[in-house]
This record gives sequence, C-alpha cells and structure tokens, in this order.
Amino acid sequence: MSTNDLPTDCRFTKDHEWARTEGDELVVGITRFAVDQLGDITLVSLDAKVGAHIDAGKAFGTIESVKTLSDLYAPVSGTITRVNEALADKPELVNEDCYAGAWMIALKPDAADAASALLDRDTYSAHCDASH
Amino acid sequence: MEPHGPGEYGPAAMSDTPVRRTSLHAEHLKLGARMVPFAGWEMPIQYTGIVDEHNACRNAAGLFDVSHMGELELSGPLAGEIVNERITNDASKLQVGQALYTCCCQESGTVLDDLIIYRAGEEAWMIVCNASNRDKIVGVFEAAAKGRCDFRDRSDVTALVALQGPKAFEILDRTGGDSRKIRDLKPFGFCDAIVCNVRTTVARTGYTGEDGVEIFVAWEDAPALWSQLLALGADLGLKAVGLGARDTLRMEAKLPLYGQEIDETIHPLEAGLGWVVKLDKGEFVGRRALAAAKEQGLTRKCIGFEMVGRGIARHGYELLNEAGEVVGVCTSGSPSPSTGKNIGIGYLPVALSAIGTKFLVNCRGKHIEAVVVKTPFITKKRPSSTSV
Repeated sequence: MSTNDLPTDCRFTKDHEWARTEGDELVVGITRFAVDQLGDITLVSLDAKVGAHIDAGKAFGTIESVKTLSDLYAPVSGTITRVNEALADKPELVNEDCYAGAWMIALKPDAADAASALLDRDTYSAHCDASH
Repeated sequence: MEPHGPGEYGPAAMSDTPVRRTSLHAEHLKLGARMVPFAGWEMPIQYTGIVDEHNACRNAAGLFDVSHMGELELSGPLAGEIVNERITNDASKLQVGQALYTCCCQESGTVLDDLIIYRAGEEAWMIVCNASNRDKIVGVFEAAAKGRCDFRDRSDVTALVALQGPKAFEILDRTGGDSRKIRDLKPFGFCDAIVCNVRTTVARTGYTGEDGVEIFVAWEDAPALWSQLLALGADLGLKAVGLGARDTLRMEAKLPLYGQEIDETIHPLEAGLGWVVKLDKGEFVGRRALAAAKEQGLTRKCIGFEMVGRGIARHGYELLNEAGEVVGVCTSGSPSPSTGKNIGIGYLPVALSAIGTKFLVNCRGKHIEAVVVKTPFITKKRPSSTSV
C-alpha cells in the first residue's frame, strides 16, 4: 500500500486505527486497509460512554463483518468526548467513508502530545505491506 | 482493530500439516481471491466480496471450487452392501445414475461425517466426503472393504466444481453437445457428460439452496473447465464464489456444516436429519443407538433463529433462557444477505424449540434477544431444469 493513499492529517496504530487531531480532541476511526480486510461491515457496536476514561490499547467497541468480529482499541489514553451514534444504524458507512463520515469516537487525550507517539504515514504503510 | 480469528476458518491455520492447493489455485489468484487455510487446503474465501458473491449465486449463478472434497470409490459384487452397512440412509434402492445424501455414524449413533453416495454402476459406488474428514472416512470404508471389494481414494485425481443458481442451466446450455442430457437430470441424478470439451460427471446436487450442478472432472482438466464456464456465464451474471459466501448460502438454506451443526457428539435425529436415518433398512453402524434415541425422544433440537436485538450470533456463542441460564449453543451465525436479518442455527432444549420462542444469545457478554423461526430462512421454488 502506498503512503499516498493515506490521509495526510492522521496518525496510525499497528491495529489499523487512524487518529486525527481536531482542536483538543483526537478523532478515531479505522483505516481503509482494515476495511478492505474486513469486507462488508454489518455491525458497529461502540460501547464507550461519553465522559468515561479509557486507557490506550483498551477496547472501545467492536466491528463485525459477515465473517469476522474485531475489537476496536483506543490509540491513546483519554476521556471520551463524542461517539458516532450514526454507525449503529448505518454500519456500511465504514465501507463508504472510513476516514471522515465513519469516525468512531473522539477523545480528549490525557497528554496533549499523545498522538505524536503514533505511527506516521510511511511507518504505517510499511506495517501494512509487512502484514499482507 | 484486531480480528478475533477468521471465524470458522481458524483451526486449519493452526494445524501443522502442510497446506495443499487445488488445481484451480492459479485461477483463483488471477481473479484476485483472498486465500485462507481451510481443512488443510489453501482455498479462496472471497473474490469480489462475500455479499456480492452471495447475491450473484442467488440471483444469477455462482461457480465454486470444491476440489478439496474427498472422492472414494468402492466396486465389486459386495460394494453396495458394504456402503449400506456404514451409512444411515438406504442406498440399496438407488438406481445407476442416482445419488443420495446420508450420515455416516459411529456405534454411538453420533455423526462421523455427512456424505453423498453415488451409484455409478451396478457394482460401482462413489462416496463424496468432507475434506476435514477425509482421513477418517477413508479409514472407515477402506477397513470395511478389506478382503470384500475394491477400494480406491480418488480424491487426489478428482477436482470438483459447483455451478449453482437460477441461471446455472442456461449457462450449461452453452457448453456444447451434452447440455440436453444435463437438463434432463432429476435432483440427485448424475451422468457422464462432455462440458466445454472436457470429460466430466455432472450431478444435480449442491450446497447453496439453489438449483444447479456439481461437476467432477480430472484434476488437470479443472482449469480449462473453470475458465470456460466463467467466460460463458459472465454476461448472465455468473461469478466465482468463495468459501465465505458458500457458508452464508448454505446457512440460509439451513444445510448442516460438519464441525458445526453435526459432529461426533451429535446424532442425526437431533440435527434434524431424521429423514436420512432408515432404521428399518437392516443392520448398519449406529442403528441400535439411533433406535434407542428415537425411542427415548429428543432432548435437544437443531433450530434456526433470528436476532431480534442488535447483534450477530457466532459459532460457539451460548444460548440462554429468559432467566439468563445457559440452555444451548449457537453452531452457526451470520448476517444473512438474502433476508437482511442476522440469522443463526443452534441447539435448544425441545421445550424451547417451538417457532416463536424467545431466548437470548450471549454475544461476548451482551445478552441479545433472539427468536426461533421457521427454516430454511429462504424459500426458493426449485425451478424445473427440464427444457421446454
């Protein structure tokens, strides 16, 4: 996968989440690579509650395709500020628009610069190539 | 995001046996298939996408590589008797050119495998078994045949391609001289036929709930047959279909999958396969236990269900009564592309098995409501294949 296919304003995790800084929030979703691996998304369950604190690497929900179920992990520690309720009724939005409309949660990181520790585009792109 | 294993396709990935490839491997790669380990084989799980392939098979036609299945042959004057001693259905009534579906059980009455038995000649029989059970079933019939009839495992030289869906026969009409003969096959009938200039045996059987055929062909001839069929059917909507959609198609038709709905702990009567158990046909392995089970009555039943709440049941999830007690297990579950519902198959106590009964599915700690429904989940009128 080419670095150029990745949005320029995001950082990434090895678990295929993206994270975009918007003001003091970090908005989180899953990458196109992940979506392509999953296929047709049929259910998104976002269990995280607004106001709750979540630790980096802890699950904030699950995503299911026809064949598989996957956990969704918080990329950094922080307090949940928003949850994308639209995905409950429209899971296919993840297939259609994974980097914008299908954002999953927003959180306020405990450490303001937490996102800078995540993978940059080149590193994530190389990680995807290696996991093929 | 981390996947919890590729569902039912997990166990083979962990096995130590070397992964084998069918003769259609290069064709799958050409079509951009995603290959996964399955029952010791590297098989296509999907090409364009599970839902797309599922819909192609329901609305037009699908082409499947099922060459991993096992093909065994028994021949000789005693072969029919030997086959019949090891299966629950009655093969003695089969005419040459007819096949039947059956279980092969242990003395305990539980299922070693489900099979299709073909009578290829007066004294010639073919058995098709699941890839995952090939060694076991070869063992059973090789031992039964020893000193009494000829036995051969033809799995390594026999490829199997399934063409299924409402347009299957229209596509076969385009394949040359023997299409009329194929049109005239009755369900579970089979015949030798030239298809796309390839020598084959065509059987009107399948595993999708659709009408269609399964085509046995020499291992090395499968690629020519496969690519010609795909080309001939392309304008009618024919697509290659992987194991992912094969599973959703068979689930909607409530066809059992070995290792899920049936295994060595389950007997055919509770699996809803009583129609292939012929207790009065004479002695067979498992007859005594199955007769006793029938006498005692069932304790659990294989049922189909729909999720009422938001959730997808998966293989192995617990089924709970309304008090939250574990009363059963989900054997297969998935979103159903044809109905738009989340469906499942599983075992419940007979008292909770009536259509309309509500219960709960433990979806990783969340208790989601579900209801027992009538099956199959799809109703298809099997169109007659006979030409007008």
